[in-house]
Formats: sequence, C-alpha cells, structure tokens
Amino acid sequence: MSATNGSTFLSRLDKTGTDILKCMHCGVCTGSCPSGRHTSLNVRNLLRKARKGESVLSDETLWTCTTCYNCQERCPRGIDIVDAIFEIRAIAVHEGIILKEHRTVGKLLVEHGHAVPINAENKAKREALGMDALPPTVHSFPDALSEVKKLLANCKFDELMSNE
Amino acid sequence: MSESARKEHEMNKLSLFLGCVIPNRYPGIEKSTKLCLEKLDIDCVDLEGASCCPAPGILRSFDKTTWLALSSRNITLTEDLGRDMLTICNGCYGSLADANNELKADEDLKESVNSHLAAVDREFKGTQDIRHITEFLYQEIEPENIRELVTNPLEIRVAVHYGCHLLKPSKGRAGMNVERPSFFDELVEATGAVSVDYPDKMECCGAGGGVRSALSDEALALTEHKLSMIEAAGVDCIVNACPFCHMQLDVGQTDLNERDGTEHSIPVLHYTQLLGLAFGYTVEELGIDLNSTLNKAFFEMIEDLP
Repeated sequence: MSATNGSTFLSRLDKTGTDILKCMHCGVCTGSCPSGRHTSLNVRNLLRKARKGESVLSDETLWTCTTCYNCQERCPRGIDIVDAIFEIRAIAVHEGIILKEHRTVGKLLVEHGHAVPINAENKAKREALGMDALPPTVHSFPDALSEVKKLLANCKFDELMSNE
Repeated sequence: MSESARKEHEMNKLSLFLGCVIPNRYPGIEKSTKLCLEKLDIDCVDLEGASCCPAPGILRSFDKTTWLALSSRNITLTEDLGRDMLTICNGCYGSLADANNELKADEDLKESVNSHLAAVDREFKGTQDIRHITEFLYQEIEPENIRELVTNPLEIRVAVHYGCHLLKPSKGRAGMNVERPSFFDELVEATGAVSVDYPDKMECCGAGGGVRSALSDEALALTEHKLSMIEAAGVDCIVNACPFCHMQLDVGQTDLNERDGTEHSIPVLHYTQLLGLAFGYTVEELGIDLNSTLNKAFFEMIEDLP
C-alpha cells in the first residue's frame, strides 16, 4: 500500500469523494446510528478519517456499519454516507483487507451461487414441509449455476475472494 | 375482493424471487408465501435459476461491479418472462430494486453492466419492476381486501419490525414514509392482530452490512436492545418482512440465552406466516415450528383461537 495524502485517497472514491467534503460535522449521522449506540462505530469520525487518508481502510469500525441508512437519510448536507462506506470498504477489499468470515461468504457465492447455500438440515426441513429438497434456484439448475460462475469470473470476483 | 382491486392485480403478473435465507434456512416462509399468493389469487411463478440477489450490505461492499452484474442477471430472468419480480426479503428487495433503478436511470452504467452480461449472452433491458411483498400487497391488493379473505382473525398483540432495506435508501424507491411508516402495521392489523407500538421500532436488528457474519457480538448487542424494547411492550410475537432480520431475531434469542443464561422466547414470524395463520393454515403447515426459538404457549394460543 503506497502512502497517500487525504485528497489523493478521496480521489479514489467515486462521486462520494467530493460528497464527504461537504460535511459540517453536525453529528446527526453518529446520533442516528444504531450500531454506534452499542459499538465503537462513530460515523462522523470514520468519514473524517477518510478525508485524512487511507488509514481508514484498516479501521475496524468500517465493518460495524449495518448499512441501515439512518445517517444517509438524515444528513442535512445530503451526503450519501453509506454509499461512501461501501466505496471505502471496496477499496479495502481490493487491497486485501478483508475479514476472514467475509471472504468465506464470498467464496460460498463463487462456489454455489448462494451466499447462504442449502445444507442437510434444511433439505430435511423442506421435505418435511412437502417441498422439493432443493429450491428452484441455481441449486436445481446446473446450467444457471455455470452461468453465474462465468459471470463472477468475468467480473474477476473469484480472484478477489481467493486467498492471495 | 372488489372488482377494481381484482382488475388492478390481474395486470401485475409476477415471478417469485427466493434469495438465499428463505429457501435454504427458513423454507416455511417459502411455503407460506406460496399458500398466501394462491389464496389471494395472485399470478406468480417461480423465478427458476435465480442466484443470490447478491446481498446488499456485504457483497456490495466488496465489489460494486459484481453486485450489479449478478443482480442484473437475476433481473434479466424476470425480463425474459415479461413479469415483475416479487421479493420476500428486504435484502433481496434492496439489492434488486436499487440495481434496477440505478441501471434504468444511467445509460453508461447500463452499458458497462451489459458488457459483463454479454459473456453469458444476456442483456439488461430495464423493462420490469421489482416489488416487495408488503408494499405490493398494500398498494395492489389493499389491507381491506385482505381483511375480507381472513377466515381466522388473530386476536394477538404483534411487534412489527420493518427492517432497514425495505424502506431505505429512499432515493428511487416507492415513496413510503421512512421515519414513521404505517403500511406494514395496516397489513398486520388486516389479520385481526393489534400492532403494538414500542421504542426504537424502526431500529435495525443488527444483522446487516456483514456485521452478523463477521462480528456476531456487535450484531447481538443491537439485537438484545431491540428485544428488550419488544419484551417490555408485552407482545405475543414479532412479525417481520425479511428472513435475515427473522434469523437475527430468532437465532439471536437462542444465542443470547446460551451466552448469558437469559430466557428470551418471543416467537418470530414472517408476514406471510402471520397471514397464513389468518387464512386458517396451521403452525406446522407454515413451518413456524421450525424456528430456533420455540414458544409452546404461543402455539397453544394460536390453536385455541376460534
């Protein structure tokens, strides 16, 4: 990771990079944040850190946002705060900064086309309810699953989720 | 059902998008949905070969191109059928409706997504709409018409949990009130139940954004708070519109009980399960007894209803 100053980092964000600069630090975002009531997430501080540079990428609270959108809906400056968090997270993931459980979810998607695939317990539940053991999704249509895998490869998502 | 309401919904042919958590963790919700759609005479077929939506908080966080490519592939499946898509999960609705809206509004983005879809001989056209079952029932069928079809009015007290992505982000959405909505409460009350107000009713369950999957203690802190507010309000069950909220509020109770020795035992129902009960189906037929949190007293109360 190369050392960059704040403005260089913000230029790596899509349109939310300039959006963040409109912040007047009123704190409505932090006051509206249900995660912040119970965790160390402080949305205003997180975006302030993003203005300063890339150290925000390894900030552990980046991943405690539940994406409820309260902050974005209520921001008096109309900043798309959650969209900014998505963009910051994506930069982190592309630099290999990703929690191992999240990588697992990504790999499940690559392998099964479902982030939460079927298991034996739930096949049995489906049958007990009088349903087919497999739902009529990619789970029942191998051609559709091949298509999904091809599409994910085309987007290089399989590479992104690999252990490199 | 009135003639005008029937005419209206005959125009809306639908495909059912299942997502991941419903078919693969809470199949009772899938079955309940189909029973309710049949009872309401709604023309809805399975969207065969669909994948993960993909999940709005977590997978969108990793790579927006992938998120758009996979969601638009799912949308092309319903475009092929010439049907609008019906979702029964807030996350699926959030991903698919937002992707659909963004792509319809942005030609450059559409072109970029179609360059990926070309690899699998697909093209996003932007011809169909994405619906969520609660807003669809409210707007197209209307609560009073549902009330007319109820055979077993449910005299119970319900804590309604809207969840986040049903309403937010509001940009591009159907225009429902984000801070104090009432449409879901009206749908719940159409079953004969009472929607009981409680503090922080609009607050998140804690699961979204990848928090449940990687930071379960943080997710549970939000869940515990939400449950404490619901318990203090004195209700018979929680009713939600999203299987991920459903899972967090259901499995979250057993997780908290195991961790802290508490005795949380509030039944958690998806709206289609509540509606199924009001249509006379049993707890077992609707898979309500397949939850992690089981409450015998609730099952007995439902059985004893006239």
